[in-house]
Amino acid sequence: MIRLENIERIFEVGDERVYALRQVDLAVRPGEYLSIMGPSGSGKSTMLNILGLLDRPDQGVYRLDGRDATHLSDRQQAELRRHKIGFIFQFFHLIPRLTAAENVELPLTLAGVEPSERKERVAAALARLGLAERSKHRPDQLSGGQRQRVAIARATILRPALVLADEPTGNLDRTSGSEVIQTIETLNAEGMTVVMVTHDPELGRRTRRQVRMSDGRIVSDSGAAHES
Amino acid sequence: MKAEDVVRFCARSLSGYPLRTGLMLLAMAIGVAAVVLLTSLGEGARRYVAGKFTALGTHLLIVLPGRSETVGGPPPLLGQTPRDLTVDDAQALTRSSAVRRVAPLMLGAAPVSLDSRSREAVIMGTTADMYAVRNLEMAQGRFLPPGEVGRAEAVCVLGLKLKNELYGNTSPLGSFVRIGPRRFRVIGVLTKKGESLGTDLGEVAFIPVASAAALFNRASLFRILVQAQSREAIQRAKQAVLEIIRERHEGEEDVTVITQDALLATFDRIFKALTLAVGGIAAISLAVAGILIMNVMLIAVSQRTAEIGLLKAIGAPGKQIQRLFLAEAAMLSLVGAAAGLLLALAGHWVLGRIFPEFPLSVPVWSPVTAVSVALATGLIFGVLPARRASRMDPVVALSRR
Ligand SMILES: Nc1ncnc2c1ncn2[C@@H]1O[C@H](COP(=O)(O)OP(=O)(O)OP(=O)(O)O)[C@@H](O)[C@H]1O
Ligand SMILES: [Mg+2]
Repeated sequence: MIRLENIERIFEVGDERVYALRQVDLAVRPGEYLSIMGPSGSGKSTMLNILGLLDRPDQGVYRLDGRDATHLSDRQQAELRRHKIGFIFQFFHLIPRLTAAENVELPLTLAGVEPSERKERVAAALARLGLAERSKHRPDQLSGGQRQRVAIARATILRPALVLADEPTGNLDRTSGSEVIQTIETLNAEGMTVVMVTHDPELGRRTRRQVRMSDGRIVSDSGAAHES
Repeated sequence: MKAEDVVRFCARSLSGYPLRTGLMLLAMAIGVAAVVLLTSLGEGARRYVAGKFTALGTHLLIVLPGRSETVGGPPPLLGQTPRDLTVDDAQALTRSSAVRRVAPLMLGAAPVSLDSRSREAVIMGTTADMYAVRNLEMAQGRFLPPGEVGRAEAVCVLGLKLKNELYGNTSPLGSFVRIGPRRFRVIGVLTKKGESLGTDLGEVAFIPVASAAALFNRASLFRILVQAQSREAIQRAKQAVLEIIRERHEGEEDVTVITQDALLATFDRIFKALTLAVGGIAAISLAVAGILIMNVMLIAVSQRTAEIGLLKAIGAPGKQIQRLFLAEAAMLSLVGAAAGLLLALAGHWVLGRIFPEFPLSVPVWSPVTAVSVALATGLIFGVLPARRASRMDPVVALSRR
């Protein structure tokens, strides 16, 4: 489903060139559950952003579902993000003035889904994550774990094939963290491919495949053997 | 994204920051209200003056003795004092087919007295035609009778104020007043109408021009009022008047003819220009409102960085985000403009209460332009922030908390 070939990402800071990613090759098959670990600054987020089409590599090719996604226009990339990719962030990024339900509804609104259908799907998604009574609450009226689950509902309301999570539990305590992880694992069980960046080795061990990065390179990959 | 969703989304984000939104709406509203009110004042002033001119009479030409145009060159060596205008000159003007009526006007001042009461008044010697030429109206009785111009009949018509001062509430018709040394029978009283352009007809007494000539012992007229056959005939009438007078004054063109229309047109132009200028100045406040909108939108864009990044992450293309911010600017301008129109309406009502006689009127173009200018400034000044939002790098936008 995902193929990164010889990806490089270089940031120019002043006169210096920072290699955030060098010669990265990665293949992910549909339905995989994969964690990316590594020290701070090793390029994990950069790789996730490239996978999510929020950033473009300076070198190399990114194939999504067999299609070259590196050279698409802004509009085409936006379309892919809308329908194929769901993002989960460390800081949730809920819109503070909107209620939980309205936040979850946003991708449907952007996609032009009819209001009546939107309401139904939002209610169903919130109910599935145990947030039915919280739908009218604004983000500042929710706990961290609840916020992250609202964010997950928003990321998955259009049933994307690929879910990208950048330290989804980084801002949560243990209990709500493990609730969130369970939610993510349920999504994976439903067939979504999950790529998760984490610092937590315990979380890393739960995933079926672990990728370790260091200094912009992939240094170990427990699942690299089974190429797709 | 559907249009109604865009509207709802923008409305939510605008109402999310009530103070900021309120201030921008206020700026817009004041701008629009200023344009509408000031142009309406200008237009009102124009109508007011036009109204005064029409009260003077229709298709009017005024003939004055002497040339008032500055021709340049040295002054005439021999004291060429202009010839007087006479009643015969006035009579001669009726020859022209372009002229409908002619009223000579001889002016003087004399005390008008009844018994022991006496008032200094302006005495106007004229003919029956003055009534139609100057659009006069009678409160009582009738105006000077038509008849031979040379006949010095001892009758007079009083202005309303003069009559009230002399007679109070009793009817003066048929009684006699003394004007200077002579006795005149009162045959009519004018209405209050006609205080136009300087002369207050309330304190005037009209007498036949021949009587005035005898009273003041002179033959020269103050001016001749000419009514042309129609609006189109005014220019022809002017030419005819100049020609006839020149002929009668041995080839000397020693009168000035002012046409009411020319005066009116001049004033009209002045007031239109004034209205535009005032409207333009007010429109500057709209531009200022536009700049305010831009400023605040720029702040909004940087405050909502994370939101913009998120919208991109969940699949909004840059164009869509640009459209959202432009729609927000447009909504601000439109709602502000609507509030401005309401404000103008209220201002109008208040002004109408304070100056009931002033013909305030809103020219149709003014609210239309005000609203379009408001919308245009909102959109133009909204472009920069909207583009900034659409170009924002989502990675950077989302990496900040
Ligand atoms: N916009 C940028 N401009 C310059 N350098 C950047 C930029 N984004 C990332 N980098 C650099 O690229 C490298 C990789 O960054 P990245 O954010 O991918 O690390 P990370 O593995 O996610 O770290 P962390 O665990 O702290 O989140 C770092 O050295 C970082 O300083
Ligand atoms: Mg990171």
